[in-house]
Amino acid sequence: MTAGHVVTLAGVLFTLGMLGVLARRNILVILLSVELMLNAAALALCAFAARAGNLDGQIMVFFAICVAAAEVAVGLAIVIALFRLRETVNADQVDLLRR
Amino acid sequence: MTAFFWLFGALIVVAALLAITRRNAVATALWASVAFVGIAGEFVLLRAFFLAVVEVLVYAGAIMVLFLFVIMLLNLRERDLRLTEAPRLHWVGLGLAGLFLFALVLTCRRAGLFDEPLVVRPEAAGETAQLAPSLFQAYLLPFEIASFLLLAAIVGAVLLTKRKLS
Repeated sequence: MTAGHVVTLAGVLFTLGMLGVLARRNILVILLSVELMLNAAALALCAFAARAGNLDGQIMVFFAICVAAAEVAVGLAIVIALFRLRETVNADQVDLLRR
Repeated sequence: MTAFFWLFGALIVVAALLAITRRNAVATALWASVAFVGIAGEFVLLRAFFLAVVEVLVYAGAIMVLFLFVIMLLNLRERDLRLTEAPRLHWVGLGLAGLFLFALVLTCRRAGLFDEPLVVRPEAAGETAQLAPSLFQAYLLPFEIASFLLLAAIVGAVLLTKRKLS
Protein backbone atom coordinates (compact mmCIF):
# COMPACT_ATOMS: atom_id res chain seq x y z
CA MET A 1 0.00 0.00 0.00
CA THR A 2 1.61 3.22 -1.18
CA ALA A 3 0.21 6.76 -1.14
CA GLY A 4 -0.32 6.38 -4.88
CA HIS A 5 -2.67 3.43 -4.33
CA VAL A 6 -4.84 5.43 -1.91
CA VAL A 7 -4.91 8.45 -4.21
CA THR A 8 -5.87 6.22 -7.15
CA LEU A 9 -8.68 4.68 -5.09
CA ALA A 10 -9.84 8.22 -4.25
CA GLY A 11 -9.71 9.02 -7.97
CA VAL A 12 -11.88 6.01 -8.82
CA LEU A 13 -14.41 7.03 -6.17
CA PHE A 14 -14.39 10.63 -7.41
CA THR A 15 -14.98 9.38 -10.95
CA LEU A 16 -17.92 7.23 -9.86
CA GLY A 17 -19.43 10.25 -8.10
CA MET A 18 -18.90 12.37 -11.22
CA LEU A 19 -20.60 9.72 -13.37
CA GLY A 20 -23.50 9.72 -10.92
CA VAL A 21 -23.87 13.51 -11.23
CA LEU A 22 -23.66 13.38 -15.03
CA ALA A 23 -25.83 10.35 -15.70
CA ARG A 24 -28.61 10.45 -13.10
CA ARG A 25 -31.52 12.89 -13.14
CA ASN A 26 -32.94 12.27 -9.67
CA ILE A 27 -31.92 15.30 -7.61
CA LEU A 28 -31.47 13.20 -4.44
CA VAL A 29 -29.08 10.83 -6.24
CA ILE A 30 -27.15 13.80 -7.63
CA LEU A 31 -26.70 15.19 -4.10
CA LEU A 32 -25.54 11.80 -2.89
CA SER A 33 -23.04 11.52 -5.73
CA VAL A 34 -21.64 14.91 -4.71
CA GLU A 35 -21.17 13.43 -1.22
CA LEU A 36 -19.21 10.52 -2.74
CA MET A 37 -16.96 13.02 -4.54
CA LEU A 38 -16.39 14.96 -1.30
CA ASN A 39 -15.40 11.70 0.40
CA ALA A 40 -12.95 10.91 -2.38
CA ALA A 41 -11.29 14.28 -1.80
CA ALA A 42 -11.18 13.57 1.94
CA LEU A 43 -9.48 10.21 1.31
CA ALA A 44 -6.83 11.82 -0.93
CA LEU A 45 -6.19 14.57 1.66
CA CYS A 46 -5.77 11.93 4.35
CA ALA A 47 -3.30 9.97 2.20
CA PHE A 48 -1.21 13.08 1.55
CA ALA A 49 -1.31 13.99 5.26
CA ALA A 50 0.01 10.52 6.13
CA ARG A 51 2.75 10.87 3.53
CA ALA A 52 3.72 14.38 4.67
CA GLY A 53 3.82 13.13 8.27
CA ASN A 54 1.67 15.83 9.88
CA LEU A 55 -1.93 16.31 10.91
CA ASP A 56 -2.91 19.40 8.89
CA GLY A 57 -4.54 17.33 6.16
CA GLN A 58 -6.70 15.51 8.69
CA ILE A 59 -7.84 18.83 10.21
CA MET A 60 -8.82 19.95 6.72
CA VAL A 61 -10.84 16.74 6.23
CA PHE A 62 -12.59 17.46 9.54
CA PHE A 63 -13.62 20.93 8.34
CA ALA A 64 -14.66 19.50 4.96
CA ILE A 65 -16.99 17.07 6.77
CA CYS A 66 -18.44 20.02 8.76
CA VAL A 67 -19.12 21.95 5.55
CA ALA A 68 -20.57 18.81 3.91
CA ALA A 69 -23.02 18.38 6.79
CA ALA A 70 -24.18 22.01 6.39
CA GLU A 71 -24.39 21.56 2.62
CA VAL A 72 -26.55 18.43 2.91
CA ALA A 73 -28.94 20.11 5.37
CA VAL A 74 -29.47 23.13 3.11
CA GLY A 75 -29.49 21.02 -0.07
CA LEU A 76 -32.18 18.68 1.22
CA ALA A 77 -34.21 21.67 2.46
CA ILE A 78 -34.06 23.06 -1.08
CA VAL A 79 -35.16 19.66 -2.45
CA ILE A 80 -38.18 19.69 -0.11
CA ALA A 81 -39.08 23.28 -1.07
CA LEU A 82 -38.68 22.34 -4.74
CA PHE A 83 -40.86 19.26 -4.40
CA ARG A 84 -43.57 21.36 -2.78
CA LEU A 85 -43.45 23.83 -5.65
CA ARG A 86 -43.09 21.52 -8.66
CA GLU A 87 -44.03 18.01 -7.44
CA THR A 88 -40.93 16.51 -8.96
CA VAL A 89 -37.39 15.41 -8.09
CA ASN A 90 -36.27 15.17 -11.71
CA ALA A 91 -33.54 17.71 -12.41
CA ASP A 92 -34.63 17.96 -16.07
CA GLN A 93 -38.09 19.18 -15.12
CA VAL A 94 -36.71 22.07 -13.10
CA ASP A 95 -35.88 24.47 -15.92
CA LEU A 96 -37.61 27.66 -14.83
CA LEU A 97 -34.52 29.81 -15.39
CA ARG A 98 -33.83 28.29 -18.80
CA ARG A 99 -37.08 29.44 -20.38
CA MET B 1 -2.43 -3.94 6.07
CA THR B 2 -2.30 -4.22 2.29
CA ALA B 3 -4.93 -6.97 2.27
CA PHE B 4 -7.27 -4.73 4.25
CA PHE B 5 -6.56 -1.86 1.85
CA TRP B 6 -7.72 -3.98 -1.11
CA LEU B 7 -10.69 -5.32 0.87
CA PHE B 8 -11.98 -1.87 1.83
CA GLY B 9 -11.10 -0.50 -1.62
CA ALA B 10 -13.18 -3.20 -3.33
CA LEU B 11 -16.01 -2.54 -0.87
CA ILE B 12 -15.95 1.21 -1.63
CA VAL B 13 -15.83 0.80 -5.42
CA VAL B 14 -18.56 -1.88 -5.57
CA ALA B 15 -20.84 0.02 -3.17
CA ALA B 16 -20.37 3.32 -5.01
CA LEU B 17 -20.99 1.62 -8.37
CA LEU B 18 -24.20 0.05 -7.07
CA ALA B 19 -25.20 3.38 -5.47
CA ILE B 20 -25.08 5.29 -8.74
CA THR B 21 -26.71 2.56 -10.84
CA ARG B 22 -29.70 1.56 -8.66
CA ARG B 23 -32.95 3.10 -9.90
CA ASN B 24 -34.51 3.22 -6.44
CA ALA B 25 -33.38 6.22 -4.38
CA VAL B 26 -33.59 4.25 -1.10
CA ALA B 27 -31.22 1.59 -2.46
CA THR B 28 -28.87 4.37 -3.58
CA ALA B 29 -28.77 5.87 -0.09
CA LEU B 30 -28.15 2.50 1.58
CA TRP B 31 -25.34 1.52 -0.82
CA ALA B 32 -23.75 4.93 -0.32
CA SER B 33 -23.71 4.36 3.42
CA VAL B 34 -21.85 1.07 2.80
CA ALA B 35 -19.30 3.07 0.78
CA PHE B 36 -18.93 5.53 3.68
CA VAL B 37 -18.20 2.66 6.09
CA GLY B 38 -15.52 1.45 3.65
CA ILE B 39 -13.98 4.92 3.64
CA ALA B 40 -13.95 4.88 7.44
CA GLY B 41 -11.98 1.62 7.17
CA GLU B 42 -9.45 3.27 4.88
CA PHE B 43 -9.14 6.13 7.40
CA VAL B 44 -8.27 3.58 10.09
CA LEU B 45 -5.57 2.10 7.82
CA LEU B 46 -4.17 5.62 7.39
CA ARG B 47 -4.23 5.92 11.19
CA ALA B 48 -6.81 8.72 11.08
CA PHE B 49 -8.82 7.22 13.93
CA PHE B 50 -10.78 10.33 14.87
CA LEU B 51 -11.79 10.92 11.25
CA ALA B 52 -12.92 7.29 10.94
CA VAL B 53 -15.28 7.75 13.88
CA VAL B 54 -16.50 11.12 12.55
CA GLU B 55 -17.06 9.56 9.12
CA VAL B 56 -19.28 6.81 10.54
CA LEU B 57 -21.13 9.18 12.90
CA VAL B 58 -21.69 12.04 10.45
CA TYR B 59 -21.87 10.38 7.05
CA ALA B 60 -23.10 6.82 7.58
CA GLY B 61 -25.18 8.05 10.50
CA ALA B 62 -26.54 11.59 10.37
CA ILE B 63 -26.38 12.40 6.66
CA MET B 64 -27.83 9.05 5.59
CA VAL B 65 -30.68 9.35 8.10
CA LEU B 66 -31.36 12.84 6.72
CA PHE B 67 -31.43 11.49 3.17
CA LEU B 68 -33.73 8.60 4.04
CA PHE B 69 -35.98 10.94 6.03
CA VAL B 70 -36.31 13.28 3.05
CA ILE B 71 -37.03 10.37 0.68
CA MET B 72 -39.74 9.24 3.12
CA LEU B 73 -41.06 12.78 3.62
CA LEU B 74 -41.37 13.48 -0.09
CA ASN B 75 -43.67 10.46 -0.40
CA LEU B 76 -42.38 9.74 -3.90
CA ARG B 77 -44.55 7.78 -6.23
CA GLU B 78 -43.25 4.72 -8.02
CA ARG B 79 -42.52 6.67 -11.18
CA ASP B 80 -40.43 9.23 -9.28
CA LEU B 81 -38.39 6.52 -7.60
CA ARG B 82 -37.76 4.76 -10.90
CA LEU B 83 -37.13 7.64 -13.25
CA THR B 84 -36.49 6.56 -16.80
CA GLU B 85 -33.36 8.43 -17.65
CA ALA B 86 -32.05 9.25 -21.08
CA PRO B 87 -28.48 7.94 -21.50
CA ARG B 88 -27.25 11.14 -23.14
CA LEU B 89 -24.25 11.87 -20.98
CA HIS B 90 -23.16 8.31 -20.21
CA TRP B 91 -20.53 8.06 -22.92
CA VAL B 92 -19.23 11.60 -22.43
CA GLY B 93 -18.97 10.86 -18.72
CA LEU B 94 -17.17 7.55 -19.25
CA GLY B 95 -14.68 9.19 -21.62
CA LEU B 96 -14.01 12.04 -19.20
CA ALA B 97 -13.66 9.56 -16.33
CA GLY B 98 -11.09 7.45 -18.22
CA LEU B 99 -9.08 10.53 -19.16
CA PHE B 100 -9.15 11.83 -15.57
CA LEU B 101 -8.01 8.50 -14.08
CA PHE B 102 -5.23 8.13 -16.67
CA ALA B 103 -3.94 11.64 -15.90
CA LEU B 104 -4.17 10.99 -12.15
CA VAL B 105 -2.17 7.74 -12.24
CA LEU B 106 0.40 9.32 -14.56
CA THR B 107 0.83 12.32 -12.24
CA CYS B 108 1.14 10.07 -9.17
CA ARG B 109 3.76 7.96 -10.96
CA ARG B 110 5.76 11.04 -11.94
CA ALA B 111 5.56 12.44 -8.41
CA GLY B 112 6.92 9.15 -7.07
CA LEU B 113 3.84 8.32 -5.01
CA PHE B 114 4.02 4.65 -5.99
CA ASP B 115 7.69 4.28 -5.03
CA GLU B 116 7.75 3.62 -1.31
CA PRO B 117 5.17 1.92 0.92
CA LEU B 118 3.20 4.27 3.10
CA VAL B 119 4.36 4.15 6.71
CA VAL B 120 2.47 6.51 8.98
CA ARG B 121 4.72 7.98 11.64
CA PRO B 122 3.37 7.99 15.22
CA GLU B 123 3.17 11.81 15.32
CA ALA B 124 0.95 11.75 12.19
CA ALA B 125 -1.57 9.36 13.78
CA GLY B 126 -4.85 11.23 14.11
CA GLU B 127 -5.90 10.25 17.61
CA THR B 128 -8.14 12.68 19.47
CA ALA B 129 -5.43 13.68 21.93
CA GLN B 130 -3.06 14.50 19.08
CA LEU B 131 -5.62 16.37 16.96
CA ALA B 132 -7.03 18.49 19.79
CA PRO B 133 -4.03 20.81 20.35
CA SER B 134 -3.87 21.93 16.73
CA LEU B 135 -7.66 22.05 16.38
CA PHE B 136 -8.06 24.28 19.45
CA GLN B 137 -4.92 26.39 19.02
CA ALA B 138 -3.71 26.84 15.45
CA TYR B 139 -7.15 26.27 13.89
CA LEU B 140 -9.33 27.81 16.60
CA LEU B 141 -10.78 30.55 14.36
CA PRO B 142 -11.80 28.16 11.54
CA PHE B 143 -13.32 25.90 14.22
CA GLU B 144 -15.50 28.74 15.53
CA ILE B 145 -16.42 29.77 11.98
CA ALA B 146 -17.45 26.16 11.28
CA SER B 147 -19.79 26.23 14.28
CA PHE B 148 -21.38 29.44 12.97
CA LEU B 149 -21.69 27.84 9.53
CA LEU B 150 -23.56 24.88 11.00
CA LEU B 151 -25.85 27.23 12.96
CA ALA B 152 -26.55 29.23 9.79
CA ALA B 153 -27.27 25.99 7.91
CA ILE B 154 -29.75 24.84 10.57
CA VAL B 155 -31.59 28.18 10.53
CA GLY B 156 -31.51 28.24 6.73
CA ALA B 157 -32.86 24.69 6.44
CA VAL B 158 -35.73 25.46 8.83
CA LEU B 159 -36.58 28.67 6.96
CA LEU B 160 -36.47 26.94 3.57
CA THR B 161 -38.78 24.13 4.59
CA LYS B 162 -41.36 26.31 6.36
CA ARG B 163 -44.54 26.63 4.37
CA LYS B 164 -45.27 30.25 5.16
CA LEU B 165 -42.92 32.91 6.43
CA SER B 166 -44.78 35.21 8.75
